[in-house]
Amino acid sequence: MVKEIERAGIPVVHLCTVVPISLTVGANRIVPTVAIPHPLGNPGTTPEEERELRRKLLDQALDALSTPIEDQRVFE
Amino acid sequence: MSQIKVVHYLNQFFAQVGGEEKANIPPEIKEGPVGPGMAFQAAFQDQAKIVATVLCGDSYFNENTEASIEAILMMIREQKPDLVICGPAFNAGRYGVACGTVASAVKEKLGIPAVTGMYTENPGVDLFKSSVYIVPTRDSAVGMRDAVAAMVPLALKLARGESVGSSAEEGYIPMGIRKNFFETKRGSRRAVDMLLKKLAGEPFETEFPMPDFDRVPPNAAVVDMRKAKVALVTSGGIVPKGNPDRIESSSASKYGKYDLEGVTDLTAEEYETAHGGYDPTYANEDADRVLPVDMLREFEKEGKIGSLSRYFYSTVGNGTAVASSKKYAQEISKELVADGVSAVILTST
Repeated sequence: MVKEIERAGIPVVHLCTVVPISLTVGANRIVPTVAIPHPLGNPGTTPEEERELRRKLLDQALDALSTPIEDQRVFE
Repeated sequence: MSQIKVVHYLNQFFAQVGGEEKANIPPEIKEGPVGPGMAFQAAFQDQAKIVATVLCGDSYFNENTEASIEAILMMIREQKPDLVICGPAFNAGRYGVACGTVASAVKEKLGIPAVTGMYTENPGVDLFKSSVYIVPTRDSAVGMRDAVAAMVPLALKLARGESVGSSAEEGYIPMGIRKNFFETKRGSRRAVDMLLKKLAGEPFETEFPMPDFDRVPPNAAVVDMRKAKVALVTSGGIVPKGNPDRIESSSASKYGKYDLEGVTDLTAEEYETAHGGYDPTYANEDADRVLPVDMLREFEKEGKIGSLSRYFYSTVGNGTAVASSKKYAQEISKELVADGVSAVILTST
């Protein structure tokens, strides 16, 4: 899906936990996330901490979208 | 066994009737080999004889598939062949679909073995590789000689009812059928052998080939995120509670498009996940953990992004075919482009 969106000309960032799959599939901008069942959250922490975590990951996502790249890159 | 009787299926072009202007001709039958049939006949020597050639225009076939296949099967049945050869179709899409359709119908309805040949990216390959023997060919008729050489031995084996080995041994496109057999060396031995070869830079053959994925070069970066219209897409199956489109928990046959107008937070009362294969507890408690609508609304308010696009798109990635995902994303992308979306955040579970 990432690739088809990219092909359509829209920059896209893939937020996912299993980065090797994302790399194999061919996503170009990748932000690694927390866990498969809750990529952008962590049930083990407080709601406030979760929101902070989500904010941090989405800041990385925006950073990835606004960074020019030539090849696949994982934004840690 | 006496001489094997063969019927050959061709399109209007290879049957030397005409080009695209003759693509609308209905099925007909000619005696003996025609066009590429001559090359097959030469390769068969006297082991097999092409008794007739059935031909049909590619457009006619694809626009009138049922009528065509019925007429073609009747013509073939009358010849009482032991084998049917279709094509090869190389990279001609309609012809490939016709060859695949004829070959699979001959096999299923008449119980006669059939072989065809195509270029691996011919759409007929994906459609029929699991039901018929397709020998990979080059993408144009330049590869005729190689195609004939590869198709003939397999065809003769099938006609004689001999057992057919694996795709790697016989040179056809893998049908996705697993056949159990006993390896002489145990797994650990084979793995170490492969590893040693890899370390030594020698060629080795994997026992678990990964599917082929193509690559798309990255698009230019977003110049100003503060002006960007950002859309959310997910393969994590987030849907409005009750899953109104009945998106399947695995091998999804569809995607959903949902309105986020006025939504600032995905609550447990209103959203859930349709995704199987992972524990849905956390996503059902708070779908923002998969589809971060709450935080993107904050970003919108803070001016970090221009806006969050009105709709989000969702499907279930669990066991869903690459071809399906591709199709969904193509449709979704069209809408995103039409909506003036400047960047996409795609989340996967």
